Amino acid sequence: MSSHQQPYYVPKSSKLPFAMAVTMLTLIIGASTTLKPELGPFGENSYLVLLTGFLMMWTTMFFWFSQVIKENNEGLNNLMLNNSYYYGMAWFIFSEVMFFFAFFFALAYIRNFAVPWLGGEGEKGISNILWPGFEAHWPLMVTPDQAAFPGPEEEMSFGTAYGHGGLAGVLGWIPLYNTICLLSSSVTVHIAHLGLKNGNRLQFNLFLAITLILGYSFVVLQAIEYSEAYTQMGLTLKSGAYGTTFFMLTGFHGFHVCLGAIILTIMLIRGLRGHFSHDDQFGFEAGSWYWHFVDVVWICLVAFVYVM
Amino acid sequence: MSTIVETHEDHGHHGPAKGLTRWLFTTNHKDIGTLYLWFSFLMLFIGGAMAMVVRAELFEPGLQIIQPEFFNQMTTNHGLIMVFGVIMPAFVGLANWMIPMQIGAPDMALPRLNNLSFWLLPMAFTILLSTLFMEPGGPNFGWTFYAPLSTTYAPDTVTFFIFSIHIMGASSILGSINIITTILNMRAPGLTLMKMPLFCWSWLITAYLLIAVMPVLAGTVTMMLMDIHFGTSFFNAAGGGDPILFQHIFWFFGHPEVYIMILPAFGIVSHVISTFSRKPIFGYSSMVYALTSIAILSFVVWAHHMFTVGMPLAGELFFMYSTMLIAIPTGVKVFNWVATMFKGSISFETPMLFAIAFVALFTIGGFSGLMLTIVPADFQYHDTYFVVAHFHYVLVPGSLFGIFAGVYYWIPKWTGNMYDETLGKLHFWLSFISVNLTFFPMHFVGLAGMPRRYPDYALQFADFNAMASVGAFIFGFSQLLLLFIVIKSIRTGKKASSEVWEDAKGRGLEWTLESPPPYHSFTIQPEVK
Ligand code: HEM
Ligand SMILES: [Cu+2]
Repeated sequence: MSSHQQPYYVPKSSKLPFAMAVTMLTLIIGASTTLKPELGPFGENSYLVLLTGFLMMWTTMFFWFSQVIKENNEGLNNLMLNNSYYYGMAWFIFSEVMFFFAFFFALAYIRNFAVPWLGGEGEKGISNILWPGFEAHWPLMVTPDQAAFPGPEEEMSFGTAYGHGGLAGVLGWIPLYNTICLLSSSVTVHIAHLGLKNGNRLQFNLFLAITLILGYSFVVLQAIEYSEAYTQMGLTLKSGAYGTTFFMLTGFHGFHVCLGAIILTIMLIRGLRGHFSHDDQFGFEAGSWYWHFVDVVWICLVAFVYVM
Repeated sequence: MSTIVETHEDHGHHGPAKGLTRWLFTTNHKDIGTLYLWFSFLMLFIGGAMAMVVRAELFEPGLQIIQPEFFNQMTTNHGLIMVFGVIMPAFVGLANWMIPMQIGAPDMALPRLNNLSFWLLPMAFTILLSTLFMEPGGPNFGWTFYAPLSTTYAPDTVTFFIFSIHIMGASSILGSINIITTILNMRAPGLTLMKMPLFCWSWLITAYLLIAVMPVLAGTVTMMLMDIHFGTSFFNAAGGGDPILFQHIFWFFGHPEVYIMILPAFGIVSHVISTFSRKPIFGYSSMVYALTSIAILSFVVWAHHMFTVGMPLAGELFFMYSTMLIAIPTGVKVFNWVATMFKGSISFETPMLFAIAFVALFTIGGFSGLMLTIVPADFQYHDTYFVVAHFHYVLVPGSLFGIFAGVYYWIPKWTGNMYDETLGKLHFWLSFISVNLTFFPMHFVGLAGMPRRYPDYALQFADFNAMASVGAFIFGFSQLLLLFIVIKSIRTGKKASSEVWEDAKGRGLEWTLESPPPYHSFTIQPEVK
């Protein structure tokens, strides 16, 4: 294999990882003391520690990635090292898949077991003695303890949108446009990729830009959806198991869309500066893998959170 | 042929940097391996001290030394530290040292990431341990931190605990990505997967398990965080959630986690037994298949920890039978170790003693596991000292002895000096006898009904508990001997050859390098036939 004939680049030593570890320490000190000011030495200013942590994080990441890009441009990365990056990214995405799995698991368990049992159904229906009047239904509009967790007035499901206004209801249903944005952006990012492979820079830059517009539109649409939920529907994080699973699943997904969009934005900037070539494009490919991954998660969200 | 390129700062010298910065900024797999191993050793003494506090309190019935509240903090932190701070980092340390050397690579695939995954650990444990000094006290809800104990009824410091678990998880995930990438991408030409040393195989599987379940743990603690601070109701039935959901998600992580803590030991023991029996390992490919099937099965057995929480009958049966299935590949491994020794010309150096003890005592732990798997029996055993006996048999004379075996086996390679064999044997016998003295009686008190996690107990359990406490203190202090042996081997001792052990050359690439090995393991990748 040719990769064995070239040197494998081992960086001699680096301050960046240690800086990142200190950053993480700062972040968690900041986060925990912001939530529990009385336990830390910073009192009401704890959030400043958290902000410092974020600043340090972006700075360190900036220097780290610049360093890697610089090494690449200097030709230090051989084929084998490049492969290491691909493997690394693939397994990182797998870990993200498992993170989402935990939340989908929670949704499935709550819908199929916890709520029906609380409503007196099935083998463990004895749980109904806790809140005797409680009836199981999903989306959960009336929680077992309405005083502690007042249920939402309205919910987001496809069925409800369709039931209320038929086709018009569906056309006014924000997740429809979210889906269109994200699915088409997966196609455009692929077209951009093809452009890169064929050495067509214009196609690459153009379609990557379109991808980003679609991606950021998704984020905006979701922000609108959230604000409607909070202001008009009484649907919040605090409104019981439906609000909990709805916001946590779509929220973490939205957060990952933002991350993916930031990554691709950087790739666009790099593309405009003339980085990448038909056989050297790890950064972009990693970003586009990530983008396809958030797309797949969205499809699962539509299926399990919105439609079913 | 592969050579090493250094960055410009290097000016041509091929050695470690001097002073503290060597350790802070290193990207070298051996330096990082050393850091992991010393960190885990330090944590062994901290977690061990906590166990001593627990055993001192349990030496006789009644409350004499500490308050129940503090007792809970000690058991909880002991468990967390031993799992996340001792066993796991020690295995990662061994992986860092040995995997590049065993597969003929210059270093780990992603050296900077490697440094980050180590340095995250001290950060996480600083936060975790600092909670013990805060006003509300540290985590006191057990190492399994079941909701609502860890949410509604938790001390306020639980927030710090949650974030420290996040960081530990990040460290494990990054470390595993690195290890998996190294193994899949950096093998010497000709070293196919089915020729790969079993320690690498065991780590390949372990890293896969870690990447699969650590994010689930991160999800669990995130849900706790949201329930505590942001009003969600994952684990609160009043909002339609369920505290039992916590247990499902936790054990979906937790059971693969216990295999994460044993598989690398399987790998080490396979090497040690083969070397000191002077035979190749019996049934290499069945060893690989057993590892793989254990990994797959370990995802579908989690609820054997929850037989008594009130699952539907179908669930109880499913998890009972699936758990019993795991005993088959485990049995294959034990059979192969014994068959490797069969008709071998065995010698009993310290690593071999630990490995043989591993096989015998881990098997005892496996058998008690099988007993626990029988649902109706588990209704009696659950949350008694029988469970404590079970998991300490698999973790102490199992995982920890596996680590000891690995350290004795490879330390001549690392330091270039033989360890003191007499002291090593003394360390073994002290550990072997005291570990059994500590944990064997726990089977009896457990079967007789002594519940776990209480600072006090009924009078009839007194004698066995006193025995266990004596054993625990002997075991604890014996580990100081290991510290002495390690330091001695670093400083002096008979020079080790590159082969170290008789006939080891054929048993792995690591034995073709001189002892101690060069700073960059294989600057030229060897060809494996
Ligand atoms: C043949 C293999 C094994 C079987 C059948 C088995 C079975 C079980 C069962 C059924 C329990 C739950 C007992 C209860 O809480 O009532 C249990 C607990 C436990 N096992 Fe195993 N086990 C096996 C191997 C292992 C290994 C290899 C490890 C770790 C290296 C391990 C670590 C643990 C731990 C830590 C617990 C207790 C967790 C807790 O509640 O704190 N087990 N085992
Ligand atoms: Cu288990």
